[in-house]
Amino acid sequence: MIGVLGLEDGTLVEGYGFGAPGIVTGEIVFTTVMSGYEEALTDPSYNGQILLFTYPLQGNYGVSGDEFQSDRMWPRGMVCRHIWPSPKHHRSTRTLAEFLVDEGRPGIHGVDTRMLTVKIRRLGAMKAALAVGESVVRGIDIVQLARDQPSISSLDLLSEVTCRSPYRIRGSGPRLAVIDLGIKRHILKSLECRGFDLHVLPAHSSISDIEAVEPDGLFISNGPGDPERAVSAIEAVRHFAGSMPIFGICLGHQVISLALGARTFKLKFGHHGGNQPVKDLESGIVYITSQNHNFAVVPESVEGTDLEITQLNANDGTVEGIRSRYLKILAVQYHPEAHPGPMCTEDPFFSSVLKIASGGD
Amino acid sequence: MPRRPDIKKVLLIGSGPIQIGQAAEFDFSGSQACKSLREEGVEVVLVNSNPATIMTDPDMADKVYIEPLVPEIVAKIIEKERPDGIIAGIGGQTGLNITSELAEMGVLERYNVEVLGTKVRSIQEAEDRDLFKKAMERIGEPVPRSIAVTSLEEAEEAMKELGLPLIVRPAYTLGGSGGGIARTREDLMRICEMGLKRSRIHQVLLEESVIGWTEVEYEVMRDSNNTCITICNMENMDPMGIHTGESIVVTPIQTLSDHEIQMLRSAAINIIRALGIEGGCNIQFAVRNGEYRVIEVNPRVSRSSALASKATGYPIARVTAKIAIGLTLDEIRNDVTKETPASFEPTVDYVVIKIPRWPFDKFVKADRTLTTSMKSTGEVMAIGRSYEEALMKAIRSLDIDIDLGYNGKYTPWSDEDVRELLRTPTDERLFAIYQALRRGFSVDEISQLSMIDPYFIERIQNIIQMEDELKKGLTPDRLRRAKRMGFLDSRIAELVGLSREEVTDYRLSLGIIPTYKMVDTCAAEFAASTPYYYSTYDEECELSPSDKKKVLILGSGPIRIGQGIEFDYCTVHAVTALREMGIEAHIINNNPETVSTDYDTSDKLFFEPVTLEDVMNVIEKENYWGVMVQFGGQTAVNLAVPLERELKRRGLKTVILGTSPDSIDIAEDRERFNKLLNSLGIPQPRAGIAYSPEEAKKVAKEIGYPVLVRPSYVLGGRAMEIVYDESGLELYMREAVRVSHEHPVLIDDFLQNAVEIDVDAVCDGRDVLIGAIMEHIEEAGIHSGDSACMIPPQTLPEDVVATAKDYVRRIALALGVRGIINIQMAYKDGVVYVLEANPRSSRTIPFVSKAVGLPLAKIAAKVMAGMTLREMNLNVEPEIPYVAVKEVLLPFDKLPGADVLLGPEMRSTGEVMGIDYNMGLSFFKAEMSAENSLPLDGIVFISVRDEDKAEMAEVARRLASAGLKIIATDGTSEYLRRAGVPAERVRKIYNGSPNVLDYIRRGEVKLIINTPTTKQSVRDGFQIRRSAVDYHVPYITTVQAAKAAAEAIEKALKGELTIKALDEYHREVRYRSL
Repeated sequence: MIGVLGLEDGTLVEGYGFGAPGIVTGEIVFTTVMSGYEEALTDPSYNGQILLFTYPLQGNYGVSGDEFQSDRMWPRGMVCRHIWPSPKHHRSTRTLAEFLVDEGRPGIHGVDTRMLTVKIRRLGAMKAALAVGESVVRGIDIVQLARDQPSISSLDLLSEVTCRSPYRIRGSGPRLAVIDLGIKRHILKSLECRGFDLHVLPAHSSISDIEAVEPDGLFISNGPGDPERAVSAIEAVRHFAGSMPIFGICLGHQVISLALGARTFKLKFGHHGGNQPVKDLESGIVYITSQNHNFAVVPESVEGTDLEITQLNANDGTVEGIRSRYLKILAVQYHPEAHPGPMCTEDPFFSSVLKIASGGD
Repeated sequence: MPRRPDIKKVLLIGSGPIQIGQAAEFDFSGSQACKSLREEGVEVVLVNSNPATIMTDPDMADKVYIEPLVPEIVAKIIEKERPDGIIAGIGGQTGLNITSELAEMGVLERYNVEVLGTKVRSIQEAEDRDLFKKAMERIGEPVPRSIAVTSLEEAEEAMKELGLPLIVRPAYTLGGSGGGIARTREDLMRICEMGLKRSRIHQVLLEESVIGWTEVEYEVMRDSNNTCITICNMENMDPMGIHTGESIVVTPIQTLSDHEIQMLRSAAINIIRALGIEGGCNIQFAVRNGEYRVIEVNPRVSRSSALASKATGYPIARVTAKIAIGLTLDEIRNDVTKETPASFEPTVDYVVIKIPRWPFDKFVKADRTLTTSMKSTGEVMAIGRSYEEALMKAIRSLDIDIDLGYNGKYTPWSDEDVRELLRTPTDERLFAIYQALRRGFSVDEISQLSMIDPYFIERIQNIIQMEDELKKGLTPDRLRRAKRMGFLDSRIAELVGLSREEVTDYRLSLGIIPTYKMVDTCAAEFAASTPYYYSTYDEECELSPSDKKKVLILGSGPIRIGQGIEFDYCTVHAVTALREMGIEAHIINNNPETVSTDYDTSDKLFFEPVTLEDVMNVIEKENYWGVMVQFGGQTAVNLAVPLERELKRRGLKTVILGTSPDSIDIAEDRERFNKLLNSLGIPQPRAGIAYSPEEAKKVAKEIGYPVLVRPSYVLGGRAMEIVYDESGLELYMREAVRVSHEHPVLIDDFLQNAVEIDVDAVCDGRDVLIGAIMEHIEEAGIHSGDSACMIPPQTLPEDVVATAKDYVRRIALALGVRGIINIQMAYKDGVVYVLEANPRSSRTIPFVSKAVGLPLAKIAAKVMAGMTLREMNLNVEPEIPYVAVKEVLLPFDKLPGADVLLGPEMRSTGEVMGIDYNMGLSFFKAEMSAENSLPLDGIVFISVRDEDKAEMAEVARRLASAGLKIIATDGTSEYLRRAGVPAERVRKIYNGSPNVLDYIRRGEVKLIINTPTTKQSVRDGFQIRRSAVDYHVPYITTVQAAKAAAEAIEKALKGELTIKALDEYHREVRYRSL
């Protein structure tokens, strides 16, 4: 099966198609994780994007379903150098290509992914289009298709990824209202295994919706796109700051920052990978973290707010953690729940969340 | 934390000679550490016994000591130099052991020397099996159930509790030496006895078997502030039960899910924190179906960390050294990106495969089975963007003349042979998998027999499918896909029935050419400037060739017997020389252990196989002024002629620098070389050449037995033998070589009891710089690579030395040598014969360079690039007032079953240098360094053949008067008594106990002198020599070495060993102008 990929800068590459034939458009980003395609492809934060894997061999251990971070695949398409058709891992139930077929999403392999990565690094995340299948590709101007799509910031990605209605995961510990901006399953697992009583609420929940569950704390999840679009969540944080502890991961971290007066900006091509170093300013320890974000908090804008920066990215100095002892706020830009990626920060972060939510500091 | 200001001077311990289990990786790590520390303003004192290393170059450290790596000597160096600290984890197991011993002896405390980086307690906790197990239990990490034992009785008890099979692992040994898998009680007793003996603390661990589980490794680093990172993970294609040094290794892990990979990563970090390691360490796990066991931790840089450094671009040793002096990971810059700190984890966008290089071509009788002990001497690494590409590149990097289609050496394997080769792992298993697939074995069956994950087998199946497709005919699409899979043009040509040239031309006409991608630690996420590249068939090439004058230097590939670290040393020197001349120097090589493949050694590094096609590809991209083939051993020299032809064929301007390929051919081609010597009037042993077995008999008869026979174009004396009569010749022609018109056999008169002379020289076409005349201790007929030798000559008359020099000059000039030449000669009955000339760098170049203080390889490279010796003021002859002795290290202790005799086939893996003011002391040091320490008291056992008895009586007399006690078997003891030397009689082995073996086993014999009875190793002699090796008793197998030993013992009893740095010796060299 043929596949073609076009980028807004005019790049056109041909490779082998896999997954479901069809055409998709989206913003192309690359991730540098060497394993964890199952987790990455089901991460709702990739909604609206076409995901390129820099590691060339994908699909080696098949797809198990055990590590899904949501019910479905979110990137609109997948780009890689090779896919492996015959996984033998003991938990594998289908091949990666079969998974894409089941999800109705196209993929392309056999292309020079490193060349594409270098382009994205130089020019920034770009609009892209992917077409797969002989009849689909015929006569198509894939570069034009890439250019013709709307900008990702103009899309309402949140309402696609958030839960339709509230649900509860019962626990005997403190009660958290979790605002689902596209939450990864492992965040819920990390909270659940620490005994939290979780009320998961849709992205656009109002102040009264949140008050209705009588939470001990508020938790803002990860999610796709520009944090400024998470209007209700920003409002909720502003409203509850000071009256209950507030926590956040990734998009949640940006939402909290915006709510308290800091600003955010879009990174050139984001951080997507499992090797981002984060320095904890108090202990001096550098943790290796899993990350997936395109926006970040402007460091200088934190000054003068009630927040303090607790952690910084050791590579580029972007804000990785914020805190307010007084307001009982704690949030991180990276993904302590990992999946995919290293687990070093799972316990430090979620144990702190438990401590603060339980009344400690 | 910034670097500690109180650490001003640091002692680094090297790892000594190259041996199985400890190869060039520690030269790489040691050199990096030296550079790294000096960058921080720390003064470095280095000690290593191995002259063939870059780390022992006088300008690598502030003080370099080439001295034996024994605690007593290192203690003296400490006393003299008073370092503030010592770094244990850089010099391999040797460095670790010596540091532990120095601590136990109280030396470190006495001189106030702090162990920097990983502390002795952490080392002990990681290395001592029992302590390690307890530590793992304390932090809840699962280990295989196991019991540490210190006696055979305890082993028996442990067996009852744990059942069989059991893995036996001795504590504190190299490359798992002395370990093994015990399937029966007898196995267990045998392996334990050996293992207990080998272990420095007389302890072995018996362990529940996880054979067949997947083996994975993590390279982890930690700094003093508790920041932990993993540099990379690796999966062994071969399952648990085969030492990781013997396994084909892939990075990153191929068959595990992210969940499992992160579970193991978390465990690795948990472990490094619990042990408190500061710097790099290697952690091995066994994994099966989501379950894991911690197998072991190496609390130091290692072979795996060298591989990890090359595989990712992350300089583990460099960073480890900085951590040791107090820096934290976030304070150290990532040298590759120059922007980001060292506190990150590399990520790769390619696949890396390592394949070990085994010495079984040299040890045909040794057991080829792969076990938990190492037998390989070196390894290759290949990088590709597909698994198949990396695998095919790795196989051709091995330089073994074998591709995947290999099907047994002489007779094709039967199906049953293939099955057996799958069941019992040997060096041939990769080829057995291919054969099995070709014969229609199912992937499952192969996987069950070999316990190798089906993933790896299906990758080979992919290659077979591509081959089958190619056989249907060559199309652009097939060609493109085959190249992406790593097929060479020559292999494609074979499959499609075209010539190699036709395929190459077709490919070039289609524009299918390789692209070069950068190894940048970050999968292109950051812009990097590392000049470290690999080839792949992709779209974008990242090379940006400069228009400067450029030279490509061909490396020597994997370390093997006959082609060791010396060539890497020469390669690195060539780079330095060119850079000093303002010429851009590039390297192509594939050995991950070496300094030459460090990314900051050359202006560009191409991590590639060294074959005609791979070299041509690079040349075509970079458009070099010249190529240097003299430094990469026979691998590179063999390419001279084909390369020149191909360059002409494709109309490229690049030239082979230095001695012309035609001159190289004259030296390598017996007939042409004989003609040259005749025309110069230089004597050579009578010799002939034979193109058939019949002709060989005729030639041998004319010359007269004994004769030396060998195939043409040899490396390290492969398949060379001394033949004493016609039946021996027939056997040789039948078994050792396949003689043909293209591959004739060379027959030389064997000069019995001649003194061998070795010379290394540099010639610029006008003048000849003779580095040194080396006199061998062993007689001609022992491979020069295995013989001990001395500078300056000790017994040769002046006029003989003068004649030798004269011959060297005339041959070098007549051959038109531009660069280096090594000439071997033999002196007998007043005549100097020339045996051979090699117009390339030799094994002895580093030894000579360090002995006389002249960097010959560097000088040669400058000559090749156009400078004259006179321009460098080197129209001189060095003279030294001290004596340098080279001794070799033999691998017999690692190769069960092999006889320990020396002969015309090279056997040694590495070398050491002893340096002092007389031959006796230098030889004494050299033996000490070669792990063959001569005793100053105790019992010496002597058993020699009749011809040697007269000379041996003199040796025995000297030993006896030096206070040693002599014991000997019947004949020898009788002879000695009659000669007036007191000698106690012991029984021969077949005469029952107590015999000599009992003495050896009880550890009472301190030195064994045994010369072989005939050319064949007679059973008794073999058993004695073998047990000397197995029980680590120093031994000597030639009369000449015995004489040198007597001299050494006498001198060592009388005099003090000199402790002096290399630069102090070099200041005493006189350079006589010519």
